[in-house]
Amino acid sequence: MDLIESYKEELQLVRRNWTRAWVLGLLVILLLLPLYCPEDWMQIAALVCIYSIGVQGQNLLIGYTGQISLGQAGFLAIGAFAFGHAARFGIPWPLALVVAGVVAGLFGVLVGFPSLKLKGPYLAIATMGFGIAVYQIFVNSELLSGGRMGLEVSRIEPWFGLSRAAFTYYFNFAFMLLFTIVSYNIISSYMGRAFIAVRDNDIAAEVIGVNLTRYKLLSFAVSSFYTGVCGGLYALYMRFLNPDMFTFMDSINMFVAVIIGGLASVEGSIMGAAFVLLVPKLFAAWKHLVPVIFGLTILVVLIFEPLGLAGRWMKFRLYFRNWPLR
Amino acid sequence: MQHFLQYTVSGLATGAIYALVALGLALIYRSTRILNFAAGDMATAGTFAAFTLICMQIPFGAAATAGVVVGAVIAMGFYFIILVPAQRRDANQLSQIILTLGLALILQGLVGHFGGTEPQAFPFPLSDAKLHKFGTVVISELGLGTLGISVVCCVLFYLLVQKTRIGLAMRATSENLPAAQTLGIPTRRVLAFSWGLAAGLGVVAGLFLAPAQTLDPFFMLEPFLKGFAAAILGGLNSLPGAIVGGLILGVAEGWAGGYISIAFKNTMAFLIIVAVLLIRPEGMLGEEFKERV
Repeated sequence: MDLIESYKEELQLVRRNWTRAWVLGLLVILLLLPLYCPEDWMQIAALVCIYSIGVQGQNLLIGYTGQISLGQAGFLAIGAFAFGHAARFGIPWPLALVVAGVVAGLFGVLVGFPSLKLKGPYLAIATMGFGIAVYQIFVNSELLSGGRMGLEVSRIEPWFGLSRAAFTYYFNFAFMLLFTIVSYNIISSYMGRAFIAVRDNDIAAEVIGVNLTRYKLLSFAVSSFYTGVCGGLYALYMRFLNPDMFTFMDSINMFVAVIIGGLASVEGSIMGAAFVLLVPKLFAAWKHLVPVIFGLTILVVLIFEPLGLAGRWMKFRLYFRNWPLR
Repeated sequence: MQHFLQYTVSGLATGAIYALVALGLALIYRSTRILNFAAGDMATAGTFAAFTLICMQIPFGAAATAGVVVGAVIAMGFYFIILVPAQRRDANQLSQIILTLGLALILQGLVGHFGGTEPQAFPFPLSDAKLHKFGTVVISELGLGTLGISVVCCVLFYLLVQKTRIGLAMRATSENLPAAQTLGIPTRRVLAFSWGLAAGLGVVAGLFLAPAQTLDPFFMLEPFLKGFAAAILGGLNSLPGAIVGGLILGVAEGWAGGYISIAFKNTMAFLIIVAVLLIRPEGMLGEEFKERV
């Protein structure tokens, strides 16, 4: 969509002054959110921040590398429980978050191995099997799940005298910002391009010299690292864990977020996360119909707007860039 | 030895349900290369339709038939209204699979909204509590009925696919779509028929499963996932494989539940999926993958 004249320009996160202006404006609006937003919406906003990290990870895997995964709740559970147990052993939370990410990442590599051999639908089933097996193992093992009462996670006391809701929001917002910037950098680095090459044609990518084994596994590892950190933050947010938070339906929800937000798009991942969390909030009166809305949106998105919300946003921007000359 | 036989027989009865679900999945995968994630929810919708009719004092036979028809109509409608337009817009295989996921969410929501999410008891002519004894092995009337109906379904299905004109058309379509079209086979109608048939098989499985459990919008989720495992085990593109896979999975679950622990029973299916995919992805009776660069 843009004409790019130099490599340096290609690597820039934001290219146009106008884009710079609205991104800055958006950041200011989001930073000032606690000033004008009621507390319950702030909590949803914090949850969107957390969730969008996981969705970005999933999008790196599905959208960029083209490896479908329906077992994301498994990584989420592993990350969350790894964080919970690490925190229980007295490990400080920043380290515990890293532990959560790394443990989930290692399992990601493990699940990645079938991806070297399997494609498309078969990989979907293998990852689905993994997700459900993790859930069942947590359900059946009191040692791992922290017993019938679930695993409690102690919370962090607010810094700088902020209110609890505002602190939760800023805390998670900072993480979302960090991971979003990392995602943009991954995409424009060699790694991201290798991912895209693997997605578009893995055999051709291998011929050009992309190490298929390494990059497929790496994509699983990165994706599940994201999801693991997301799980850790979720544990901190909920302050309580039980295996029923990580069922097959949660994997599906995350998948829905990626599809609706837009495959292969970082900003789409955030929009998708917001969609998946805001729709149940807005339609709280018709709780049972929420899946219907998700399903219908998927059908509409896939048939009419395959690039999802991000694609719509991009078209919207293009329209106004050329306005009124269209 | 007596225990062994007992576990095997009760495993076969559950395996029969998995076999029916797996047959539906394999049928759709074979003809359209789509994994039908909506199979479980189509079956749930059909079963709920039958349940509603039974509650309106309509005789069981008629209500069950209506339920099967409802499931089939949903599947055919999905094929014509959603899938065909998507294919016209060059939807790839992955997005067609995601479309079935979308349908699954819609059906699940609608069933939850209109059918209620409370677990309900499903009235059924065969009883779960009445037991029959064969030598040392005990089997419930319902289990016997389940085994019977799945044998009947499989035989009818075999005859349909192998001995009739429409079966021939189905085989031709799944073998080579463009060639079948060239020969004048109305492939769209044939594929729609396959979708309907697969959903109908799912509803039959649902009708026989509902009395064993309680009826709620998620009651088919687990058998559906197990059906996936069974289809993978037997080979996703092989119809006999689906039946064999379902029975093996059922028996393996019966043994695992009896000899190891009940808790391990459910994890088993998913370990089987991962193991089979790692060792022999094409399944026991499936064909090997071929790929062109």
